[in-house]
Amino acid sequence: MLAVVDYGVGNLFSLTCSLRAVGVEAAVTGDEAVLARADRVILPGVGAFGDAADALRRTGLDQAVLREGERGKPLLGICLGMQLLLDYSTEYGRHQGLGLIPGSVRAIRPEVPRSYKVPHMGWNALRFPKDRPPSPLFRYIQEGDCVYFVHSYAGTDCEEHTIATAEYGPELTAAVARDNVYGVQFHPEKSGPVGLNILKAFCEL
Amino acid sequence: MIAKRIIPCLDVKDGRVVKGVNFRGLADVDSPVELAKFYSGCGADELVFYDITASAEGRALFTDILRRTAECVFIPLTVGGGIRTVDDFDRVLKCGADKVSVNSGALRDPSLIAQAARRYGDQCVVLSVDARRADGQFRVFAKGGREDTGLDAIEWIKAGVKNGAGEIVLNSIDTDGVKNGFDLEMLSAVCDVVDVPVIASGGAGSVGHFVTLFETLPKVDAGLAASIFHFGEVSIPELKRVLAERGIPTRL
Repeated sequence: MLAVVDYGVGNLFSLTCSLRAVGVEAAVTGDEAVLARADRVILPGVGAFGDAADALRRTGLDQAVLREGERGKPLLGICLGMQLLLDYSTEYGRHQGLGLIPGSVRAIRPEVPRSYKVPHMGWNALRFPKDRPPSPLFRYIQEGDCVYFVHSYAGTDCEEHTIATAEYGPELTAAVARDNVYGVQFHPEKSGPVGLNILKAFCEL
Repeated sequence: MIAKRIIPCLDVKDGRVVKGVNFRGLADVDSPVELAKFYSGCGADELVFYDITASAEGRALFTDILRRTAECVFIPLTVGGGIRTVDDFDRVLKCGADKVSVNSGALRDPSLIAQAARRYGDQCVVLSVDARRADGQFRVFAKGGREDTGLDAIEWIKAGVKNGAGEIVLNSIDTDGVKNGFDLEMLSAVCDVVDVPVIASGGAGSVGHFVTLFETLPKVDAGLAASIFHFGEVSIPELKRVLAERGIPTRL
């Protein structure tokens, strides 16, 4: 059973529909016992990092997610959910993340050329690092395939665990992975067949 | 590099797509769900659903269709038409919309943009503007282009972005329906004053018009059209192939 962590942040309708499209009926839950029974976990998220991190902590789900991650279950953070996997963010002050993957989150505005619009919103192509084999998360897609992004902050200082980037002036962190823990900055549930193929690969890990 | 977006717009009334649809091989050509699947399958980057019903029954039907579309179409969906309050945002976002476009609702209550942006984020709020030339300026028109609001379109758009609109759809009434190409002059004037994505609407009649749009105005992010896609005058796979050949960033 796949569990989607529900901590009151964001709309999970499209995500559950896209999982259904790859043949997986997800349990949307804020219940630690359900997370404990799940064989894999998705951590979604939209909005501001601080608010989401507080909501996770308030509900005690931060500890539950850490526990399931440490037990070796495949864990996938999506968008803000990916950022939460890192150590901390500097979005409106400094906020602690889960620290499952070394790295931090910072604003992309100072990084990208003046003429580039922020948020980084739209379809952009994935690039895979040259010095390592493609991640199993991308088993069913190819380098150059486009996915849908909407974000103003991005993972940084996480090169060692970066499994995909997207060119927007500099290379922005598009996906990270460390052992059983995966994170994608883009929205696989809104990325057409490519996105469904990423979700399918995650469900088979 | 972000790909330029190609966006078909579906006008929905009482649960059906209006403005005519003429596709072979589609069993139910005026079904919004079938048409959305078709467009998603042939490479549309986003879909706009525009609710042109006035009745409460029509609205409920629209919401149901949106939900059924979001269940099987996994690209960004933007919804417009009849959005007057933050509750209207809530209603369509819960049914799978990713962005909500406001037009008359923002003219009636300009604070709607700021309210919605605060609750759902700028990226969720699209300001749609119908504009035409009048008295030497670009003027905002209401009621489907019938009523001159007296507002200067450039100032209205600047104010909208300041209040939190994360994207602009600029529909030129002057070029709409003429199929002579997008209104490059009006679009350029808007691109000069905002740094959020601008979607061009009104006037596309051929593949070449999209090429001209993106080559002349690199700051335009997307081209939107309805009938030329519905009637197969422009096929999206062909359009994207040509854009890619011309070196315009495209999602193939």
